[in-house]
Amino acid sequence: MDFSTLIQILDSTLRLATPLLLACLAGLFSERSGIFDIGLEAKMLIAAFFSAAFAYSTGSVWLGLLAGIAASMVFAAIHGLASITFRGNQLISGVALNFLASGMTVLIAQNWFQQGGRTPSLIGGARFEGIELPFAIGPNEAAETGRPLSELLSEAGPLQLLYSELISGHSILVYVALAAVPATWWILYRTRFGLRLRAVGENPAAVDTAGVSVIGLRYAAVVIAGLLCGIAGAYLATGLQAGFVKDMTAGRGYIALAALIFAKWRPWYALGACLLFGALQALALRTDVAEAIFPFKMPVQLLDSLPYILTVVILAGFVGKAIPPRAGGQPYVKER
Amino acid sequence: MEVMPKWADVVLVPLISLVLAMIISALVILGIGEDPWAALKLMVQGALGSPYGWGYTLYYATNFIFTGLAVSVAFHAAMFNIGGEGQATLGGLGVALVCLALPWPHWALALPAATLGAALFGAAWAAIPAYLAAKRGSHIVITTIMFNFIGAAVLNYMLVNVLRPPSSMDPASAKFPDGTALPSFHDMFSPIIAFPKSVPANISFLIALVACLVVWLLIWRTRFGFELRAFGKSESAAVYAGISPTKIIMGSMLISGALAGMMAINTVQGEAGRLVLNSVEGAGFIGIAVALMGRSHPAGVLIAAILFGFLYQGGAELALWMSIPRELVVVIQGLVILFTGALDNMVRMPIERVFLWRRRSRQAAGE
Repeated sequence: MDFSTLIQILDSTLRLATPLLLACLAGLFSERSGIFDIGLEAKMLIAAFFSAAFAYSTGSVWLGLLAGIAASMVFAAIHGLASITFRGNQLISGVALNFLASGMTVLIAQNWFQQGGRTPSLIGGARFEGIELPFAIGPNEAAETGRPLSELLSEAGPLQLLYSELISGHSILVYVALAAVPATWWILYRTRFGLRLRAVGENPAAVDTAGVSVIGLRYAAVVIAGLLCGIAGAYLATGLQAGFVKDMTAGRGYIALAALIFAKWRPWYALGACLLFGALQALALRTDVAEAIFPFKMPVQLLDSLPYILTVVILAGFVGKAIPPRAGGQPYVKER
Repeated sequence: MEVMPKWADVVLVPLISLVLAMIISALVILGIGEDPWAALKLMVQGALGSPYGWGYTLYYATNFIFTGLAVSVAFHAAMFNIGGEGQATLGGLGVALVCLALPWPHWALALPAATLGAALFGAAWAAIPAYLAAKRGSHIVITTIMFNFIGAAVLNYMLVNVLRPPSSMDPASAKFPDGTALPSFHDMFSPIIAFPKSVPANISFLIALVACLVVWLLIWRTRFGFELRAFGKSESAAVYAGISPTKIIMGSMLISGALAGMMAINTVQGEAGRLVLNSVEGAGFIGIAVALMGRSHPAGVLIAAILFGFLYQGGAELALWMSIPRELVVVIQGLVILFTGALDNMVRMPIERVFLWRRRSRQAAGE
């Protein structure tokens, strides 16, 4: 495997890890506050559809992003209503939302666009384009110098290549996702809100005794999760791909959940886990490279299921122990 | 003290939840510019109006009875087995391996063997998450979700690399020998009711009915069933009474996995006659809705399974005759799970208040 192939794989790792990372951080906020969320998939899917639909009909990807976030927030609100206000089973609520999103998106897409449950392909301003960072070799520089891009890249040194191909040239949402990691860390560990959020996931009664609203904190966490999933879904439909197709999240919500456990509910580890799982997805797309890396013939099915297998191993406690927030999944009742 | 009489808990609450889900579904149909009343009429006509419709409705219902019972048994032990999908997938693999192993002379021999194969493979797929839950404290929901995906990958690998006949490009197994073909409703009832030949419902429906009875006996008439329910109500009390958590977790999950796996005799052996990718088609997840609606009781599961069979067949008719995509069924399914499962308290609390108020006013009148 040569250097440029490696960069290609890393590049697609970063792209594929972005929706995972955003959804994983969404789950992190929610679960750290004590609300299990297996509806990450649902929120991403509904956001993917509404962002693509609005981006297509308005021609502006930013309006699409807003619509996606709004749709995701509505689902987050339903989850909050069921699991916080009505103290229902959080897992069942998540399952229900996954079905709702899977069905509703196709139903509405068929009704609006009549293309068999998909949106028309997005072009131009209806998509997030890659942004070229300063000093990177990209289409802009090629246009200025009047030489083809491939020629410029072949002359560049490895460091310049790494910078131009891997770090530069992604859509803005990729950088947003990366920036969300330190932001999440800062919010959780350096703000009063974060301290309370973590406390409410461990011991809500103590937080309540201190005079802080458990319900308010948990709703805040669920809404933040909605926001992040909305961005993740919008990235899927308007950044990674050009339009919505049926069930396009393809289990990413569950992989994000797996990454969250793998990361033991911590932001920086979440980045690592999502990059790892993103790399596995990137390798599954490039079977030629996968065959070159592994000494034996690696079935693509094994590559696909590695995130899940690794998560089970972690859950089994053979490689470190993943301990979820203590009050996770339990509705809070003020007085019994 | 119970606030509500039992009939309100068992019948009234699920019924109101169902009505709410139906009202929202009707609004969804209105929203996409169709007539909900016409849609309902078409669904009833298509699913229940003819032996053909019933044949399909009961075929789907058979799957949902198995997966619904699977979720119910686990629910009684306070375990949430969301892995019915993966267990049914592996059950299909078990059926295929049994059916392809021998040139079976007659279905009466093949059926018990295939049922055993399905149950064993389904149980095996539940065994690892169950063991991890019992011994290592892993969360059963997350591990069973992960095993759904791993199961799909296993099936994919087996079909592409092992079971696929060399001459075929399709990721599917070879056709099963003729001796494994199960009697369909057409063969079974031909003198009395004329089910068309194409109807996929088969003798597995009767096995599903037997399974309902067996599960009822198991849960309410055996020692193990008592321990299971005790454990589900209060783990600490059960442990104090000398009930082993490992035994209950492993036992309930193995039975649950076996039931989910047995669904495959209906789809793989009964209908397709070979193993294909995605023969489960989400029935494992529908089991959750069925168990919630049926309040985890076999009789309730039977009724709820037939209701979902009706929705499935009716939904197919809608897709065929009106411009309503099949996914409407997925929406209705989501709404039913939402209202009967997650928003249960939203329905329950006002009803409880009504009963409390009635009791108080009656007491006041008596004094």
